[in-house]
Amino acid sequence: MNTSETTSHISYLEYQGKYKGILSWLLTTDHKRISLLYLYCIIFFFFVAAILGLLMRIELIAPGETIMGPQTYNGMFTIHGIIMIFVIVIPALPAIFGNFFLPILIGAKDVAFPKLNLFSWYLYVIGAIFGVLSQFIGGGSPDTGWTFYVPYSAESSTNVIYALIAAFILGFSSILTGLNFIVTMHRMRAPGMGWFRMPLFPWSLYATAWIQVLATPIIGITLLMVIAERVLRIGFFDPALGGDPVLFQHLFWIYSHPAVYIMILPGMGIVTEIFPTFSQKPVFGYTAILFSSLAIAFVGSFVWGHHMFTAGISYGSRWFFSFLTFIVAVPSAIKVFNWISTMYGGSIDLKPPLLYSICFIFLFMIGGFTGLTLGSVATDVQVHDTSFVVAHFHYIIFGGMGFAFFAGIHYWFPKMFGRMYNLTIAHIGCIIIFIGFNLLYFPQFIIGMQGMPRRYFDYLPQFQTGEVISTIGGFILFIGLIIMVYNLIYHARKGAIAPSNPWKGVTLEWQIPSPPPHDNFVEIPVIDAQPYIFSNTSDNK
Amino acid sequence: MSTQTIHSEQIESETGKLGMWIFLFTELFLFGGLFLVYAVFRVKYSHDFHHAAEELNTFIGTLNTVFLLVSSMTVAMSITAIQKNQKNFAIFLISITILLAGLFMLNKYFEWSHKFQFKIYPGSEVLKNLPQGELLFFGLYYMMTGLHALHVFIGMILLSINIVKIKKGSVNQHHYLHLENSGLYWHLVDLIWIFLFPLLYLIT
Repeated sequence: MNTSETTSHISYLEYQGKYKGILSWLLTTDHKRISLLYLYCIIFFFFVAAILGLLMRIELIAPGETIMGPQTYNGMFTIHGIIMIFVIVIPALPAIFGNFFLPILIGAKDVAFPKLNLFSWYLYVIGAIFGVLSQFIGGGSPDTGWTFYVPYSAESSTNVIYALIAAFILGFSSILTGLNFIVTMHRMRAPGMGWFRMPLFPWSLYATAWIQVLATPIIGITLLMVIAERVLRIGFFDPALGGDPVLFQHLFWIYSHPAVYIMILPGMGIVTEIFPTFSQKPVFGYTAILFSSLAIAFVGSFVWGHHMFTAGISYGSRWFFSFLTFIVAVPSAIKVFNWISTMYGGSIDLKPPLLYSICFIFLFMIGGFTGLTLGSVATDVQVHDTSFVVAHFHYIIFGGMGFAFFAGIHYWFPKMFGRMYNLTIAHIGCIIIFIGFNLLYFPQFIIGMQGMPRRYFDYLPQFQTGEVISTIGGFILFIGLIIMVYNLIYHARKGAIAPSNPWKGVTLEWQIPSPPPHDNFVEIPVIDAQPYIFSNTSDNK
Repeated sequence: MSTQTIHSEQIESETGKLGMWIFLFTELFLFGGLFLVYAVFRVKYSHDFHHAAEELNTFIGTLNTVFLLVSSMTVAMSITAIQKNQKNFAIFLISITILLAGLFMLNKYFEWSHKFQFKIYPGSEVLKNLPQGELLFFGLYYMMTGLHALHVFIGMILLSINIVKIKKGSVNQHHYLHLENSGLYWHLVDLIWIFLFPLLYLIT
């Protein structure tokens, strides 16, 4: 019914600006095109890093050397970590969905600084190239782990410098994206859209953006100091040069723990958009969700010490950081209750985005509860540096952020490309990914409790059952990912034309054609009510 | 019509300034990391820090502080000048600012090369044999002043671009956001020096 509406507008995909052909993408300042540039890069790098992960799983299928030696394995988990964290997980949600939908959701034509937006993408690409280069050139791939712990990172003869530079540049790109979003939200909301009428995905991006802006410089200067330590032999952290290695851990985690919230907060924002749409019911506890985002961003900035319980910090600080870690669980739980309450009594339509969102809640909760195990000082000592940590981390980051990403791409795909994917294949893909994911990571909790250390290419025979199940899960997960990506890529060109509002959503992006025109809105909308008001269920409010 | 254009220009300039302020926050946090490291080592090795700071030339430090303070004033004046449409005076004031920044860098160069003569530089034998706290002090000294000097250099480039823009007319009485933001950046450079100076030179 909306086809005529779609064809009467020139979509951003066909819009002819100043430049033609490939340049119209590489020199674009349109937030929607930049978002797609990020999307393609991130899919590419995701598969690079996922294949590295799969190779590690194959290595671990049997004790002893299976397909690679220890040094290669060390390089693999380091590059897997650096690419996954800095190139994919940190930028993915803000840079793809934030770029595309933030301006649309608040009724703006673009972000506040379109050129700066493009510049961040270039920085991102340069940083990502440095990251990949570090694997291949000269002294061998870095083997410090993505955490770059000093003293080893100051002394290792491998390409640590390239990896450090990559992380620094990617951090800068992340800062500029955050800065752009903050200014956009402050200055460019549509008339009538007060702060408390803003949808919740922008709110979660707002909380994220402040962490990006305020925490990232700390990792920037820390990486610069490690670079100075390696190149100029200036002592900061390396005891051989008079420095203090624990200080490095503090500075590293001052950024890197809040960075976990950079990863997960936008994911929470995405599922917050999805639950009301597929329940056809206003979101439950708008204000509570909003303030819990800000609370997570705030309290999350003061819990970094829980990564260092065994690093020799004082009793007082262990107690303090452990306590605050438990506090962070509260706003996260508030969100989970609100999502479930949103579904309660709604007319639930189990389409792929909602299925992924429900998987998200399930996996995020397992990740969250095991996080409490790690957050309490006594149990942390037992499971520290074991595969329990690996499993917890992947449940939060992949099960949380990753599934939120999948939910988001299935939710907004018709809007971004104007086509619809195959719902059945999407359902099958989701179920395979979910099964593969749990088979892959859940056994690692168990063998971790039994003492399987992380980052080892070899292990004792008693862990083999767990490791084999985990590897099988890895393959299933990978097959599921291929099905999902195939479904999306194939139908981005060949799928049925999508109507402008396939899910009966009520936020602003569903009121414009799919794909959106270059300027998003023909006429800037005037907002006169709260978001998430569904006309057919207004009695449910 | 014309009032509306002026209105939208104002909004644009406020947006640009907000962005700049947030960027300056990130710069503060960048140096904040170094100040944090300084604080930790200062507490741990306060005696060594006192001793090492005596090696630094307070006269050169003070002179550089004066240079930067005056340059901050001239850059602020140049913004007022452009608001009053006194183009040449604005260019003159910006040139003075760049000149003072150049003098600052020259001073820094002499100061560093003087240290190098006495073989006080990272990785040197002399430095390695100093007490641990002094070693760390000089490491921080080079890192902090080095990073600051890099910012001075970037500031000089930004201000030079402004001279070109004023000549071309793209920075003028009504559009001076670029100059204003460069000025803000320059004040940040000044501000950081105001903290570096006592922490490094005056703690003896």
